[in-house]
Amino acid sequence: MTTPDSMALGNDARDMALTDSASNRRNVLDLDDFSAEEIFSVLDDTGAMVEVLGRDIKKVPTLRGRVVVTMFYESSTRTRISFEEAGKVLSADVINMSSSGSSVDKGESLLNTGLTLQAMGVDVVVVRHPHAGAPYLLARHLPKVSVINAGDGLHAHPTQALLDMYTMREKLGSLSGARVVIVGDVLHSRVARSNLWGLTKVGAQVILSGPTTLMPLDLLGGRGELEEDHPFAQVDVDTDLDRAIQGADVVMALRLQSERQHSGFLPSLREYIRRWQVTEERLGKANPGALVMHPGPMNEGVEISTSLAHGDSSVIEAQVTNGVAVRMALLYRLCAGQGNRIGDDP
Amino acid sequence: MAPNSNERPERQIMDAQEIQRSLSRIAHEILERNRGVGRLVLVGIHTRGVILSQRLAENIRRFEGSQPPLAELDINLYRDDLQARENPRVRPTKFPVDVRGKRVVLVDDVLFTGRTIRAALDALSDLGRPRQVQLAILVDRGHRELPIRADYVGKNVPTSLDEEVKVRLTETDQAEDVIIVKLGREVK
Repeated sequence: MTTPDSMALGNDARDMALTDSASNRRNVLDLDDFSAEEIFSVLDDTGAMVEVLGRDIKKVPTLRGRVVVTMFYESSTRTRISFEEAGKVLSADVINMSSSGSSVDKGESLLNTGLTLQAMGVDVVVVRHPHAGAPYLLARHLPKVSVINAGDGLHAHPTQALLDMYTMREKLGSLSGARVVIVGDVLHSRVARSNLWGLTKVGAQVILSGPTTLMPLDLLGGRGELEEDHPFAQVDVDTDLDRAIQGADVVMALRLQSERQHSGFLPSLREYIRRWQVTEERLGKANPGALVMHPGPMNEGVEISTSLAHGDSSVIEAQVTNGVAVRMALLYRLCAGQGNRIGDDP
Repeated sequence: MAPNSNERPERQIMDAQEIQRSLSRIAHEILERNRGVGRLVLVGIHTRGVILSQRLAENIRRFEGSQPPLAELDINLYRDDLQARENPRVRPTKFPVDVRGKRVVLVDDVLFTGRTIRAALDALSDLGRPRQVQLAILVDRGHRELPIRADYVGKNVPTSLDEEVKVRLTETDQAEDVIIVKLGREVK
């Protein structure tokens, strides 16, 4: 089941179906073309991968002979290493391609790089790119390669959203009806955007909070641009965090990039901290046992207090651990079922 | 279904009682061969092998007074035909005991090409070095492609390659029997 309205939140990168069907997925570009059922099946597979990661010898032969290339045109620690570890635990050969020092910012050279990789017989390309839509360009033009979006511009970061949802489901038991408050710079957050797709599909209740200037325009006020049956029509925006956080099961703080302050989105950092920092005091208004999450890297003392980031409610480290398992589940899913039937097995 | 066949497309080869008797006999045979439950582990292969292993363990508990530990193995990460499988799911392997030094009895519903068992042996050896591995199977339908045989067999059933053997258990299938289904397709 795909959602036809891909224009929400100002994204115009998608107008095509890049997967044949949910059961035989070739690319992971965003969660908008995932059904709830497929999300749950990825989360179930992730549980099996968590077991592999808990073994003394973390290695299974599943993707032997497959080649995974990570192409990161933007800096990253956890996502890149997480994909690399995921591939290696599954016995794939993982090659990291560095963009530093090269002029790869233009669409054409990205495409040529992709074509080169395809000609070399690469099976999966994991791409992070500062321009929204870059992974879609690769997916459209590389029929023999699976593309995983590891973050494109302000647009999407589907693997992060899946690991967030896995962590929530693991700790809360169920995602349906969970009240998830996402706090901070939602406007510039690809993590928030992919989480919105995923969480609304699985029936969670999402509340966005933060300065009005950092809220997505089409979710504010009268929601003029959204059809009533659009999944995001159920998303609430409440700029008053102290009110939004009441009864929350999950509080997810987003990274506040310092340059936002200089480009007129914030009156001052002090005001932001005072009104929207996730603190122990504010968490007291959430449900008992509420989870504190952060996609990282954190600005401790800005969007989240240091004591909370490392406190008992924080599942931030679990998010990182689960990130490897989610990416294993996705690599497995993309590499399976690609060939012709070569045998019949009970 | 193939209309050119005079056979019924589906025929039963074991009913609920026969399944129960087979499992009861296999439980006795396991106890006899291993002289009790000491160092024994029953390992079910997902999905129906897990159910059968639970039933065998329950039988052993009734006969012997104590029950061997149970484990669950998912072999999808060890398959040799990953590319050919559409939308394969992985379920967690659950191994609550240390496999080292144990007498492991692998349990599955149908033994066919032997490739599933080959994968299970690989999966098992990644968890440690058992002292011995045995294989218990409800239905052996022949057509092995690898040098693998079962130590305990519920029923040997001659089949042709255009047939499918389906083990249906109440826990997963709302039925309790073993049937052979004629597939209406050409065999390579």
